[in-house]
Amino acid sequence: MTLPSPPFLWPSMQTALSIALDALAYGMALFIICIGLSLTMGLMRVVNLAHGAFAMIGGYIASYAARDLALGYAFAITLAVLGTVLIAIPLERLLFRRIYDRSELSQVLMTIGITFCVIGITNYVFGPTLKTIPLPAELARPVDLGFRSIAGHRLFVIASGLVVAGGLWFLIERTGFGIRLRAAVENAPMARALGVRTELIYAASFALAIGLAAFGGVAGAEFLPIEPYYALRYMVTFLVVVSVGGAGSIGGALAACLLLGSIDITARYLMPEFGNFFFYLAVILVVCLFPRGLMGRAKA
Amino acid sequence: MTALGLKPDGAQARPLLRDLASIALIALAGASGYWLFPDNLSFLTRVISVALLVLSLDLVVGYCGIASLGQAALYGAGAYAAGIACLNGVTEPFLLILIGAAAGAVTGLMMGAVMLRAHGLPQLVLSIAIVQLLHEAANKLAWLTGGSDGLSGMLPAPLFGLFEFDLWGRAAYLFGLGLLIVTFALLRLLVRSPFGMVCRGLKEDPLRVSALGISAFPVLIRMFAISGAVAGMGGALGAIATQVVGLDSVSFELSANALVMLVLGGLGQLTGALIGTVVFMSIEHVIAAINPFHWMTLVGAILVAIVLFAPRGLSGTLDELARLLRREGRP
Repeated sequence: MTLPSPPFLWPSMQTALSIALDALAYGMALFIICIGLSLTMGLMRVVNLAHGAFAMIGGYIASYAARDLALGYAFAITLAVLGTVLIAIPLERLLFRRIYDRSELSQVLMTIGITFCVIGITNYVFGPTLKTIPLPAELARPVDLGFRSIAGHRLFVIASGLVVAGGLWFLIERTGFGIRLRAAVENAPMARALGVRTELIYAASFALAIGLAAFGGVAGAEFLPIEPYYALRYMVTFLVVVSVGGAGSIGGALAACLLLGSIDITARYLMPEFGNFFFYLAVILVVCLFPRGLMGRAKA
Repeated sequence: MTALGLKPDGAQARPLLRDLASIALIALAGASGYWLFPDNLSFLTRVISVALLVLSLDLVVGYCGIASLGQAALYGAGAYAAGIACLNGVTEPFLLILIGAAAGAVTGLMMGAVMLRAHGLPQLVLSIAIVQLLHEAANKLAWLTGGSDGLSGMLPAPLFGLFEFDLWGRAAYLFGLGLLIVTFALLRLLVRSPFGMVCRGLKEDPLRVSALGISAFPVLIRMFAISGAVAGMGGALGAIATQVVGLDSVSFELSANALVMLVLGGLGQLTGALIGTVVFMSIEHVIAAINPFHWMTLVGAILVAIVLFAPRGLSGTLDELARLLRREGRP
């Protein structure tokens, strides 16, 4: 005799709400990490698979500062962002600058190589264990929203995501730096002829992208735990999200993060045994329907 | 490199001789592996199995210019097809290889049909998504694939009814070596055929090829099917030799490693694929046993160095050295 399989239960209103809030927070965490990658890929035309590696470096630094040195959370985040950018600047000058105008395959290979090196070296230095980043008391306790309480950390991530999206939009569309950046992307020789120092612009936006990666790595550590193979495990996720959103578009990246984040979280809640099946199914469908991404502005 | 892969210096004049020489070299290297490392034959068989995967990747990346990080989807399809067939009573090794090739070819057709819809980065992402999708499917369909435990307990019939696939793996190794040599020879003919030339043309200048009245999609999808068949044979060989099929045979990691091996050896030459596989897997065999993180650092450094200093890979660099030497000897 076989037992009847349990009937599929539609989630209750409460479950649906907590899924939605989790999905929103997860999508925002993805967004903070991925928007930097979207900028490097859409504006600077570099397929930087090492982006996750920089998020991982940020996470390792923050974990070391907050857990082993017992420094404050805000201080640990600042340290992580600055430290990661400091590590990335020489890499940009020595390695990335040489592949800006090379083929996609070269860029993929070199950045995978950098990822492998980062994984090998960080684990040699810090040891191959899971790194936690202890949350301060204000972020660890739940916050009452009136209709529902939400973990303070999730609220922090959602707010940070909104600030990052708004700030970047302002920076790119409304400031002198943004105008120069867009000019350098549209037509680099002409921008140089007009006196824009494109190398400096590229270096600055690269540093910005890396800083955001590090910040996202720390803020999103509750969803994407900092572990030895972080850079490799989520490399595909980040790349997929950016490609689905359309490289270089803030709105596209936000839409892709929220869409794929909610598919991922919902599938995990309701059908955990399928793993990432639905995530990748959605990716294939979106890429086939929108080959340039949801809101692609640049021809990849 | 000139268009359509025509090489100067008389290399084009005696292609058959070159092919025979490389086949003889493969046979020689294979035989010396057999005599020198009799205790490591199962590892060497795995090298051959992966070499078939890397060869198949070369067809797509090196000859058609389509970057793929999902080639293990085809390898895994062949491995699982052969494994499932073997557990269901089809034990003849040659038939199992054919089943693997067919499964790989069908998967290749589907993969090509999806991947050729996009270009550039979205295409790369599609290849990753396909291999991840198949990975999750193989994990979920436990009644068919054994889920995360994989398939085990396959007992292929003796080769030609005489040679058992035993613990020492002599039969499996020689069987694999024969398969590799035959496949390599056939692929050499393929890439020099008009069909292979059209593929190279599509890689170098798609606009010009379409101006000649050749439509790209049918050509490329055929190459995907052929590539799938080769990768599927590699997977089937792995299944026969190790008598285990695991989820790692259809993984992003294996796909990425295959691409690294190919680029290490050199794109678009077939011999480069073999050299890259042997070098990569031998170093991995030694160093990864000591410390897997040192191995990752080393692979990373090698990749960066290749992109910066030797974009044509080991075999391309060797070719260039040889040409330089020849020019010096004959002013």
